[in-house]
Amino acid sequence: MKNSNPIWDFFASVKLALFTLFLLSTTSIIGTVIPQKETAQWYIDKYGEATANLFQILSFTPDMYSSLWFQALLGLLCLNLIICSIERFPGVWRQIKADNLNTPLNRLEKMTPQHQWLSGNQPESVAISLKKALNTSGWKAEERKVDDGILLFAQKGAMTRTGVYIVHTSILVIFAGAIIGSTLGFKGSVMLPETRVTDTIYTFDTQTPVALGFEVRCDRFDIEFYDNGMPKAYRSQLTILENGKVVKEKAIVVNDPLTYKGITFYQSSYQAYQEFSITITNKKTGVSESAIIPYQQQHSLKESGLRFGIVTAEGQGQSVSRMKVWFTDDQGEPSLFWLDNGEQATVERTTNNYTVSAKQMYATGLQVAKDPGVWTVYIGSFMMIFGLIVAFFMSHQRIWLYIREETANKSSILMSGNANKNKADFEKKLQALAQKFNTI
Amino acid sequence: MDSSLLFGITTFTYLFSTILYTVIFIFKTKRLGTAATLFTLVAFLIQTAGIGLRWLESYQMGIGRAPLTNMYESVVFFAWAIILIYLIVEWKFKNKIIGAFAVPFAFLAMAYGSFASGITKEITPLVPALQSNWLIAHVVTCFIGYAAFAIAAGLGIMYLIKNTSETRQSTNDSTLLGSLPPLKVIDQITHQMMVFGFLWLTIGIITGAIWANSAWGTYWSWDPKETWSLITWFIYAITLHARYTRGWGGTRIAWLAILGFISVIFTYYGVNFLLSGLHSYGSN
Ligand code: HEM
Repeated sequence: MKNSNPIWDFFASVKLALFTLFLLSTTSIIGTVIPQKETAQWYIDKYGEATANLFQILSFTPDMYSSLWFQALLGLLCLNLIICSIERFPGVWRQIKADNLNTPLNRLEKMTPQHQWLSGNQPESVAISLKKALNTSGWKAEERKVDDGILLFAQKGAMTRTGVYIVHTSILVIFAGAIIGSTLGFKGSVMLPETRVTDTIYTFDTQTPVALGFEVRCDRFDIEFYDNGMPKAYRSQLTILENGKVVKEKAIVVNDPLTYKGITFYQSSYQAYQEFSITITNKKTGVSESAIIPYQQQHSLKESGLRFGIVTAEGQGQSVSRMKVWFTDDQGEPSLFWLDNGEQATVERTTNNYTVSAKQMYATGLQVAKDPGVWTVYIGSFMMIFGLIVAFFMSHQRIWLYIREETANKSSILMSGNANKNKADFEKKLQALAQKFNTI
Repeated sequence: MDSSLLFGITTFTYLFSTILYTVIFIFKTKRLGTAATLFTLVAFLIQTAGIGLRWLESYQMGIGRAPLTNMYESVVFFAWAIILIYLIVEWKFKNKIIGAFAVPFAFLAMAYGSFASGITKEITPLVPALQSNWLIAHVVTCFIGYAAFAIAAGLGIMYLIKNTSETRQSTNDSTLLGSLPPLKVIDQITHQMMVFGFLWLTIGIITGAIWANSAWGTYWSWDPKETWSLITWFIYAITLHARYTRGWGGTRIAWLAILGFISVIFTYYGVNFLLSGLHSYGSN
């Protein structure tokens, strides 16, 4: 108000807000029509050299939403919000804290809605009764002697005037969370074969290695299918190791990640290998041996000389559901039998019995994210919902009762009020109160 | 009896409701009012039973999931939410003519779900990414918002129709458009629907972001569906600000209510079929 600097006024204006929101919504469309984050060659193949170049100059590709001009628009929105709030909030705060008993009486006379009636009692006793009546109706009243009478005032929901500002602040909080996440965090991925350990992952955008500061191991990866062949669950058994010691274990599935030291591992993809992990236990001696063998290749164990191989396999896509195992201990004919993936079978041989288990080897595809801004974003989101409810559905309601001596032992009462929203509801409320009070 | 039979009945009862409300509007047969409301309410209950039954059926099939996760189920829920909100509006504002502008959306949604090619009605199990309670919260909240926006758009159309006629100023009941509520009232209800929808859309976008974060570790990735929901959100934000701070009302707000709903439809339908992205699961 006192500040009539034109630049300031420009950034404080709601016109600018409408303009920025309009620009944001129209330009956002571009990135939904032109696919994002493809390679330079991809764009040339799809749009031709000239158009692809133009797109790149305008930053429509490869990542419009993190381009300078789009970020600048978001920044403009924030700046607009901050300055607009600085400009307006003090006024709103004055309204919240206002001394309403100091309201000029002629304003009360002009206010709508209003009700007037007469009472057969003197002002002091009317004031006492009205104050009590207001209290029992849920309105806490204050009182002050004025010119030639008594003024009562009661209000509800003064603080709800801050609702809009809670919404506006929440947008800034969410942006702050996003900035924290993008400057202090990273997003990457790693393809981790079963039984392997890694202490490094690679960022999405530049494939830069990031040291985790600890190690993660994939102990096992499983896919479950529904009867109709659709995937039901992808599950990785992960172990976190620090200095060679196990510090955390968890089986993660999509929608249920593992977090350690602020770094979260999400199940995102997998890769099936044409390799099988086989474990054979001699039932008599209890000796167990394992090996990882390629598909359709014979393998012989060093210690026992047992020989085996996967002759053929069945499954869906790259995933094997059962396999035919060839196995011999060189005592009689070799055994040939079907085994479900991940299961074990007992093989009875002439001199010995064995249990044989076999499982296809996988690598689990993990998305790895560190985002210290997430909770800030969530707090901002919660603030926004709360602020919207306050701003939309709650109002600041004020009631004044001005009691004057009419003639001796007679008073006239003027009841007026206002609400900043839902005025129709408030009018009904005031009407009901007037009906209750006009016998006092 | 199975849920698809109940949904079939629902589709036709919503068509009949639409006709009833239109008859009331055009022929001013106010006597039919109670019948129309009761009929719509019964249709709504049948649909509610259908949704419940579909839920049960998924358990009998050993899948066990809320009926809210593919295109078909979401249009069914959309229709359901439209009727729910409409019945509340009718009761609150004591006006039956609005039905002629709101109920058709529910019928169209059901008809689209039932007859459009490329929409499977089967109860299919959920792929891993969709197995999340946040997804349920996301779908429910978004579609309550969309339903409110549909009704706002219907009211916007109503406003424009009434505004172009010469009965503009008259509340004279004898002309066709005279029976529409006064412009000021239509404007007011349109606004309230948009405010209500905006709150739910906001919650919908937030729950969607939380879901994405729990599945992929990124709450916002600017995929086309997310971006379009944000565009829709911006359009309604613009509308609210234009009204609160620049005093817009009437025709402009009516057009914005329609534009906003076009954006909703595009977010919901267009993105699945015309653009590609994370959410394209909805296209089967
Ligand atoms: C996407 C971003 C925004 C959202 C979601 C938003 C939200 C809201 C909402 C919900 C209201 C209505 C509150 C009511 O019921 O009275 C409102 C009012 C308002 N907004 Fe925003 N707003 C945004 C951006 C902005 C910006 C950038 C400005 C900057 C000038 C702004 C200025 C205002 C003003 C001046 C009001 C009226 C406050 C009043 O009634 O006292 N808004 N905003």
